[in-house]
Amino acid sequence: MKRWHIVLFLAPAVLIYSVFSALPLLDTLRLGFYTTNDAGVAHFSGFSNYFTILTDPAWSSAFWNAMGNNFKFFLIHLLIQNPIGLILATFLSLKGLKFARQYRTFIFLPTLLSVVIIGFIWQLILSPLWGVSESILNAVGLGAYFQPWLGEEGSALITLALISVWQFVGIPMMLIYAALLAVPEDIVEAAYVEGASAWRIFWEIKLPLILPTLGLVTILTYVGNFNAFDLIYSVKGAIAGPNYSTDILGTLFYRTFFGYQSQIGSPTMGAAVATLMFLVILCGVGAYFYFVQRKLTRYEL
Amino acid sequence: MRTLSTRHLLLATLLAAGTAQAGTVNIESWRVDDKALWEEVLIPAFQKKNPGIQVKFTPTAPTEYDSSLTARLTGGTAGDLITCRPFDKSLDLFKKGQLEKLDGKAGMENFPASAKVAWQTDDGKTAYCMPMASVIHGYFYNKKIFKELNLQVPKTQAEFFAAMEKIKAAGKTPIALGTADQWESNQTVLTNVGANSWKGEDGRKALIAGKAKFTDPQFVAAWEQLSKMGPLMGKGASAQTYADSQNLFAMGKAGVYPAGSWDIAYFNKEGMDFGAFPPPVAKAGDQCYISDHTDIGMGVNPKAKNKADAYKFLAWLGSQEFADLYTNKVTGFFSLSNHLISVQDPVAKQMLDWRKTCKSTIRLNAQIMNRGTPAMENELWNVSSQVLNGKMAPKEAAVQIQSGFAKWYAPQQK
Repeated sequence: MKRWHIVLFLAPAVLIYSVFSALPLLDTLRLGFYTTNDAGVAHFSGFSNYFTILTDPAWSSAFWNAMGNNFKFFLIHLLIQNPIGLILATFLSLKGLKFARQYRTFIFLPTLLSVVIIGFIWQLILSPLWGVSESILNAVGLGAYFQPWLGEEGSALITLALISVWQFVGIPMMLIYAALLAVPEDIVEAAYVEGASAWRIFWEIKLPLILPTLGLVTILTYVGNFNAFDLIYSVKGAIAGPNYSTDILGTLFYRTFFGYQSQIGSPTMGAAVATLMFLVILCGVGAYFYFVQRKLTRYEL
Repeated sequence: MRTLSTRHLLLATLLAAGTAQAGTVNIESWRVDDKALWEEVLIPAFQKKNPGIQVKFTPTAPTEYDSSLTARLTGGTAGDLITCRPFDKSLDLFKKGQLEKLDGKAGMENFPASAKVAWQTDDGKTAYCMPMASVIHGYFYNKKIFKELNLQVPKTQAEFFAAMEKIKAAGKTPIALGTADQWESNQTVLTNVGANSWKGEDGRKALIAGKAKFTDPQFVAAWEQLSKMGPLMGKGASAQTYADSQNLFAMGKAGVYPAGSWDIAYFNKEGMDFGAFPPPVAKAGDQCYISDHTDIGMGVNPKAKNKADAYKFLAWLGSQEFADLYTNKVTGFFSLSNHLISVQDPVAKQMLDWRKTCKSTIRLNAQIMNRGTPAMENELWNVSSQVLNGKMAPKEAAVQIQSGFAKWYAPQQK
């Protein structure tokens, strides 16, 4: 009788998860092993799609370019977004900070905006024709340093990554802030009474205690960045110019699956790209759990 | 596989708008801008002749049209009439059985063979879309700036670049063009100014026949024009979008604008005083060529719920009345039919009159060349943008396109 209840209560979650998450994922994995002919009929072809993506120069150069750009995109988030989030959270959790709530809200606000709006606003701000950045730079005498940052091969990806950092810095801030609040007051007070400086309290007490959260933030950033697509697409379009310098796995997948201009979309090839993205994320998450998460738990109180 | 992928597509379909109702002829299109015109002018005109037939125009944004149409066709929820992209996009649909054969259908007799090329099988035997309209490319120029600086409309490339230098010296932007969106670099620049270099259809057909290569001088010369245009674009052109270029020209801050005829409507709305000239030729007295691109057709969905009414509408699309309404109301789109029509807009008339002196050609890569991997259209956007930005030499651009073409196209592999 008891078991019957378990099945009943699990059913909705299991059903919804399998229909909308597990099944499409498995089907995508399967679709990657097929190819379609001109008439749209699919037949099984083993690893040939993967072979093409990884060995055919036309595909592999695009794939590795997207992969490299994606790593850069992730590294910028990891090295800029998360440390800034940590610093902001530390300041916000300081006692006696005036307007802490207001700051928290304002910093978190861009996260709630649509990426399309963010992309549009930043494109205007950075526009070489009507942008405010050039006039601001002129006002402080740095006008000569102004560049069409979104249009140059060397700076477009970095600029886009920084826009994304600006938008999403609120998320690591909130997560770390919550973790900092959970640090037991008595330990901090004891350290204070023992004569530890605020600096030392942060490095030797608070930071080790919030490490699991930092790990979580890292892995969330990793998954989010390797699934990223919307900002690049809304600012640079599916061809992710100039010269594919802002092409990441998400835009490569879009062009492959849906097609773009004269490139005819191929659901089977697209599924193969999606599977590779899935594997990249799976490996990252797997490595994190194996090497980092297991060790982290030991420090928990 | 079929059923499972249909399920993905069904999801996409649920999100998409086009729901077909029995008793209504639904038209699929990417011309979102023309929605009001269809609803207020074209459909009422049709219904006056054919009372009782309900017609609904349900456009999708141009960038999403192809993918969402494919999803709806596969899922069986697409409209009765399908607006056709030219050449391979539609040929692909026909091969998958998603467009009907139109040979001998009422209205098809009103179109010349040259117009039908864009929507027939490679052997030229079967047609699957009715030609609707073409667009013509050239330059628009700001009449006020040309008058102030006492400039003549340039006929040769030397005159053109001399005029642009004068505009630059006067502190204005010579060419309103940017490469942020990339498509202009090919569709309104390379295939526009290049037609004179590769001699229109001659050059295009030689490539298809394998008798010419992109690395031949006549094609490299086209990219050389682009590399000369680069420094004449505005500061920061690499981050300038299509809308930025339109604004720049509409605000009177730029001398010329590489245009598609569809832009006429926009600049008219902005109340601009502008004229048009065809792309300049290399030497005075050379034969001129224009990019006169077959752009829009209309086909019938084999699974249409109202096939008989859809064919009635199609027959009307081939009529004199439609040709006249479409050419004059959708300024900048020119009917491809044999009917004689008088064009009212002065700039549109000017562009249409180029057909009398210049030879027409379609966009260089539109037929057959777009079929392979790497996708040539996308490659051309990329390399032409880089040539305009001064990041790639004309020769390198030619080599990259040729090696991609030769990779899959047998006649180029000899």
